[in-house]
Amino acid sequence: MKKILGFILTIGLGLLIIFALDSNSSFDDFGFANLSNRVSSHYITKGSNVDIIFGETVNPESGPANIVTSIVVDYRSFDTLGEVTVLFISALGVSLLLGSAVTQKRMSLDFKPNFMLRVGSRALFGIIIMTGVYVTLHGHLTPGGGFPGGTMIASAMLLLYLADDQFRAKIKGFKILEGVAGSLFVIIGLLGLVVGTYFLQNFLPNGTVGDLFSSGIIPIVYILIGLKVGSEISGVIDNFLTEEEAQ
Amino acid sequence: MIQYAAILLMMIGLYGLLTNRNVIKIIVSLNVLEIGLNIFIISIGFVYDGIAPILTSTNNSSALIFVDPLPQALVLTAIVIGVGTTALGLAIVKSIYSKYKTLEIDEVEEQ
Repeated sequence: MKKILGFILTIGLGLLIIFALDSNSSFDDFGFANLSNRVSSHYITKGSNVDIIFGETVNPESGPANIVTSIVVDYRSFDTLGEVTVLFISALGVSLLLGSAVTQKRMSLDFKPNFMLRVGSRALFGIIIMTGVYVTLHGHLTPGGGFPGGTMIASAMLLLYLADDQFRAKIKGFKILEGVAGSLFVIIGLLGLVVGTYFLQNFLPNGTVGDLFSSGIIPIVYILIGLKVGSEISGVIDNFLTEEEAQ
Repeated sequence: MIQYAAILLMMIGLYGLLTNRNVIKIIVSLNVLEIGLNIFIISIGFVYDGIAPILTSTNNSSALIFVDPLPQALVLTAIVIGVGTTALGLAIVKSIYSKYKTLEIDEVEEQ
């Protein structure tokens, strides 16, 4: 009975959404989005009347060649600060629910990891960390940035946890790194308030579009986000893979 | 057409949320709903023959036709928050299981 009611409710809601959006003049058809009506056209042209050329334009309004990064860390940077705070609070909630990490021991695996598995996972660990650092550093030029890069670094930690039943990361260092990176993000924002006019203002010169050392504070902020996300998710992984010590 | 698929995924997730009594299945349903919503938001900004909104040495001018970058930036935020909520939900599931030794809500009894 309950299942039939739920089925009818979901079908009704789905049809409601489809009929509300179908032939609605204020909702563009799929594939025919009109960007000139949207605020995105400002983000793409970076507010200038002249075309932005990769490798030639110097000091545009917003530096990154990756327009998504210029939205996430420049135009809507305050939103990203809130997002990082949400991630921090959820990691805090996980560590509160699963107990303090210091008094706990490593959860044992069902199998005995052999020599090849331990060595192979350590060899892969370096490659995954390097990929994560590369993605984080080039967040303003290529697809990627602090969030995917940080998650890659955390996945390298997860690999070590899964491949070796004796491994335990130094979780206290992660907590310190996370706190320092988060505070530096806020301090950079406040510096913008002091040096410039508003919070999280890009007070460094933007440079040439497409250079590695360009777009002011954006790579610095994205590296801090990458460190923070990586250490936070590593902490969550450690919380899940430890258990209370049997007294 | 992909928008109908996204709405279908959202509705599958909502149906799962309404009918399931297993906490792991509830979290999986929540993730299915979230992925459907993300695909829907991305599809709003799609333009035929549009390229990814990144200036490179081959697509080097802002005068080219790009897809809308704003929904992609919003979905980046939504994915990260989805990871956070999933981790928190799984932590609650782990503590429920260690206390009651069951994952079904109906079998959880007052002690």
